Amino acid sequence: MSLAAFRILYPLFGVKVDILFFEGSMSLYFVASLIAVVYAFKGEKLLSRTFLILVVLAFILHTLSIVTRLSAASHLPVTNLYEATSFFAWCIVLLFLFIEYRYRIGILGSFILPLVFMLMLSSSALPKEIKPLSPLLQSSWLGVHTLLAFLGDAAFAMAFGIGIMYLIQEHYLKTKRLSGLFERLPSLQILDEINYRLITLGFPLLTLAIITGAIWAQSAWGSYWRWDPKEVWSLITWFIYAIVLHVRIAAGWRGKKAAILSIIGFVSVLFTFFGVNLLIKGSHTFL
Amino acid sequence: MNIIVLGVNHKTADVELRERIAFPGEKLTHALKAMTAIDGIKEGIILSTCNRVEIYGNISDIDTGPGKIKDFVSSYHSIPIETIDNALYVKQGPEAVRHVFRVASSLDSMVLGEPQILGQLKDAFEKAIEMKTTGILLNRLMKKAISVAKRIRTETRIAENAVSISYAAVELAKKIFEDLTTRVVMLLGAGDMAELAARHLVNNGVRTVLVANRTYERACELARDFQGRPVKFDSFLQEMIHTDIIICSTGALNYVLSKDQVNWVMKGRKNKPMFIIDISVPRNIDPEINKLDNVYLYDIDDLNSIVDANLSERRREAEKAEAIIAEEVDVFLKWQASLDAVPTIVDLRQKAEDIRKEELKKALNKLGSLDDNEIKVIEALTNSIVNKLLHPPMVALKGDSDDKDILAATIRKLYGINGKTE
Repeated sequence: MSLAAFRILYPLFGVKVDILFFEGSMSLYFVASLIAVVYAFKGEKLLSRTFLILVVLAFILHTLSIVTRLSAASHLPVTNLYEATSFFAWCIVLLFLFIEYRYRIGILGSFILPLVFMLMLSSSALPKEIKPLSPLLQSSWLGVHTLLAFLGDAAFAMAFGIGIMYLIQEHYLKTKRLSGLFERLPSLQILDEINYRLITLGFPLLTLAIITGAIWAQSAWGSYWRWDPKEVWSLITWFIYAIVLHVRIAAGWRGKKAAILSIIGFVSVLFTFFGVNLLIKGSHTFL
Repeated sequence: MNIIVLGVNHKTADVELRERIAFPGEKLTHALKAMTAIDGIKEGIILSTCNRVEIYGNISDIDTGPGKIKDFVSSYHSIPIETIDNALYVKQGPEAVRHVFRVASSLDSMVLGEPQILGQLKDAFEKAIEMKTTGILLNRLMKKAISVAKRIRTETRIAENAVSISYAAVELAKKIFEDLTTRVVMLLGAGDMAELAARHLVNNGVRTVLVANRTYERACELARDFQGRPVKFDSFLQEMIHTDIIICSTGALNYVLSKDQVNWVMKGRKNKPMFIIDISVPRNIDPEINKLDNVYLYDIDDLNSIVDANLSERRREAEKAEAIIAEEVDVFLKWQASLDAVPTIVDLRQKAEDIRKEELKKALNKLGSLDDNEIKVIEALTNSIVNKLLHPPMVALKGDSDDKDILAATIRKLYGINGKTE
């Protein structure tokens, strides 16, 4: 019912409201990131409260932007790079808000929000018009496959941010120069624990995304696996995280090594996401 | 109506002298009464801690007052004045106010920023209130001192970060482990500092303490103290696999723990992080161990330099605190000045005159056209009412009674006159 309402609202006053919402949320993410970075250096509690409120507001606008676009396009808006990047950022913020609610690590925002803003900024530079969906993509798998993939990638993005925080904190503790960020960064143990949990969340999501993608490919193109660059890189990413989990459980690779691996894994995620789309031609290029 | 501070502290007097002129609990109530019974000492508070003995007073005469308090201290403790005179400092006026604020904010403490002094000051104040030896001036001074100390605590970082080795160890442990309650601590060897560090860890949540010592009896003894478990010295390596924090302080002259051994332990515990504190001199643990993944080794020098860094951070913060104090001393002095009779007389007159003029204007407007003579009569009427009403308070304020300051304060309160006049 609300979707219909949004469809009527969509071309409100000749302005595309989804773009309006998108730009509003991007500006708020920008201000929030700035405050979050200042907080990392100054450590005043008021700053962390301020940027959290801004992120919540930005997230509401962001959600409205996605919902209005969904109503206009009648499918999950993830079919061009603008939509996909914005949706990816949305998933990261969703996870961020959840972790912040659960663990209250104020300084997490200083590491995650700039990444979110960068994603929004690159998204904003991309063409935004809604094109008719190619018949190949018209399938209920679209929503399932992409949602799984994006949530998984968002978990890996968070693990990346947490991994960087771990390395900084571990550096402070090893070199015994305890100043600045040291006080505001949480304990190594909690960073390692959240990092591990995020990867155990992201890995099954990625696995399911690859499986649903294969099933979808079978129904759309008639073959499960075609060694398309996106598929290859997803598989490489999958292997990296499989190794992360394996060495952790089997060989006790935790802490610093786990943090470094989660950073390498995310580089692979980013390449799968952007690199493949921008550099290599393949059947995922519609995205 | 003069604030005076008279006392000794850890900088001016050695512990022996401080002990001799201290006012322990049972003597304090009596001393407060005896001191304020002296003519010319209108209010008094005695702060007596192990690092300082100070008397805060309100004296009538700035020339004779200090001598009276000195005489009181000397005769109360039967110590000749010459013995204490060198150690004794006397501060008056702005200096006295500043001193009290600095004491409350722990800027004058032996350990800069330590929090106990504020509590001790509050206790001394409460005792004096109980004995009714404070009045308007010292009450205000103490309340202000407490609020200044709180302001400094929140606006500066003077009380943050550990300034002792054992606290530094606890803070580090909290940055490695999220939850200390599930951690296991092992004391390797025994020393006062090691015990203290373990004690702080236990106070911060650690529940399991293991004690390894070359003499097993000593290990048992210590373990009993901590409600922990003694460990045979030759099996401590095996126990380390389940230990998260090790505090080492043996008298050994060489390393009791080598890199290879710790490597072996880390494999056994699947690389779970380990925090090793080596407070022995000479060091008992190979410093190379810090290079192992997930092992954090701190020796006594490391902890000392953290403490030093935190102390110099506190000194930097103390500069900010001094600025706050300077500001608050000004505010306090302005208030105190407003208690003088003369500005109160001026302010009260002004207030009455303002009201008279305003009401007169209203009345004349309502009455409409009046001739000059009629206006004069009405004006004279208002004048004489105001003057008659103000006469008794003015006489009281101008008189030479000893409690004029209280009168002035009361009048300001009753008439809602703020202490703005300087």
